[in-house]
Amino acid sequence: MLEFVNFYLIPGLVLGSIYTLGAIGVSLLFGILRFAHFAHGDMMTLGAYIALSFVIVSGWPAIAVVPFAMAATAAIAVGIDHFFYRPLRKGRTIVIVIASFGIALMIRSAVQFFWGVQIESYQTGIQRPLIFFDSLRIAERHIYMVVGAIVLVAMLHLFLSRTRTGKAMRAMSDNPSLAAITGVSHTQIIAWTWVIGAGLAAAAGVFLGMDTQLTGTMGWNLLLPVFAAAILGGIGKPYGAIAGGMVIGVAEELSSYPWLSDAPLLAPSYKTGVAFAIMVALLIWRPAGLFSGRVFR
Amino acid sequence: MSDSLFGLMMYAVALLTMGGIYAVLCLGLNIQWGFTGLFNAGIAGFFAIGAYSSALLTAPPTPNHVGGFDLPIPVGLAAAMLFSGIVAYAVGRICLRLRSDYLAMATIGIAEILRLILKNEAWLTNGSRGISNIPRPFEGLPAPQAQFAFLAVVLVIVLFVYVLIQRGAHAPWGRVMRAIRDDDIAASAVGKDVEQLRLQSFVFGSMVMGLGGALMAHSFKFIGPEATEPLLTTFLVWVMLIAGGSGNNRGAVLGAIVIWTIWSSTEVFINATISWGWVPQAWATQGAFLRVFLIGLVLQIVLQRYAKGLLPERTVEISGRARAAAPRAQPESAD
Repeated sequence: MLEFVNFYLIPGLVLGSIYTLGAIGVSLLFGILRFAHFAHGDMMTLGAYIALSFVIVSGWPAIAVVPFAMAATAAIAVGIDHFFYRPLRKGRTIVIVIASFGIALMIRSAVQFFWGVQIESYQTGIQRPLIFFDSLRIAERHIYMVVGAIVLVAMLHLFLSRTRTGKAMRAMSDNPSLAAITGVSHTQIIAWTWVIGAGLAAAAGVFLGMDTQLTGTMGWNLLLPVFAAAILGGIGKPYGAIAGGMVIGVAEELSSYPWLSDAPLLAPSYKTGVAFAIMVALLIWRPAGLFSGRVFR
Repeated sequence: MSDSLFGLMMYAVALLTMGGIYAVLCLGLNIQWGFTGLFNAGIAGFFAIGAYSSALLTAPPTPNHVGGFDLPIPVGLAAAMLFSGIVAYAVGRICLRLRSDYLAMATIGIAEILRLILKNEAWLTNGSRGISNIPRPFEGLPAPQAQFAFLAVVLVIVLFVYVLIQRGAHAPWGRVMRAIRDDDIAASAVGKDVEQLRLQSFVFGSMVMGLGGALMAHSFKFIGPEATEPLLTTFLVWVMLIAGGSGNNRGAVLGAIVIWTIWSSTEVFINATISWGWVPQAWATQGAFLRVFLIGLVLQIVLQRYAKGLLPERTVEISGRARAAAPRAQPESAD
């Protein structure tokens, strides 16, 4: 039982927090700009590497530089939108999807160009996990990550439910033309969407880097699980994305638990395949997700 | 002939060979995206099925993986198309109902699952060490002739695929496909079985991609899971088709050759600047990423400025009476 909690459930929740932060951005962007942002994973990579530079310069721990990495990534995302996505918004959305593929590779190659290809990490040396109640082992960084994710999600909730901009954002996601005639500024909301989406992506990237290491493809590998989480929660529903992220994260980790016999149910090397499989199955049988999000046709 | 001229010629041969193989992949995507509007973002998956099936069937026997069966190369190529077609049928049956972005996600997901299988099932594919000793057509000939002969094989296949697709595109079949692409509701309203026709296009295009994958495996004499990374297959092929002009077969071939030339000459250029001492040696690995960035930028410029590509699709002239009878064309909607 303890082995289950220590080695499967807790890593699942940690991974789930990372997916959640990514999926909220994908879900908001899909809801407001109406396209699947394929560069979202690479925005996570960018955030993680920007944080690495802050860590090196300041000497602070990675968790402390998260706000700076979020701000920098958000600024870059607004710039990318201005130069690459905005000129295409008049045409068919599918063209923006194709453009976002290109942006994904441009971000990744820029990261690899500026920061190099060697695997990096924020902290060196072995960190001993903290032990609670004699047997519950939790790594310190995992606590920071989960608490960090909860704080960010709580802030997002306050933003979406209490501020004028947040309400306008939800209105635009629900019904863009109705929002427009009530005086919601299209450009301003889109900019805010990018700030929030990219900011949360950066945080997810830093957390992923804290949990494992930094590589050029770390974000791309997360893209499909994040899409899976966003679809599971229902596109355009940021709150659904939280549940979706947690379900996908936990499902991935639990898939290699020895449920039926002594052997893992699924070889750990296929762990990432679980998210892909859930995503494909959802797309086919329940494209609206578990919480009846919208389906764009 | 001087050595440098000879070297240049051999470089051109190698360039055209690879460009030709990419042209096959690009023509396959043109069937799916250019004519039918199916957003297949899992080109790497069908490429991999073609490459691995032909490789396993034609390689000499080895204990490292299943087979090889030492069969003739044409059998391998035919099997590559057959297996890609079967997988495409299965994928298409369940995924083609999806809207384009969702179809893109589903096809990437399937391609990535496939890549995990190729990487992990070592008994079948020799895992990450890949399959080596794959035969190449005419490799028994002496040095320059062998390259020329293989180039000829590639060009004949490109021509064959081109003629086939061109005939299809100008037949009623092609017109139905374009009708589905432009307005699937209207197409089904006039009694076309949209789902069935989309499936045909998806399977046909994927078979061509499988053929391209098999040619790549024979060209390199080696195939490993690295070769099925989304970058070098899926993304490059998309850039090629969009730059060349989607919906135009000549554009697909031209795009493949132009983008491949840019892609590979930037490598030569970066290596040359290093050997001339213009940039530090340390940039050698970094330079590769600059190339990817450049190709990404080319795509953005094409999408923004030359959305129709080098050779735009030619729309069929409607005769005066038909035009008068037809309702006025609606401006393209925002979706």
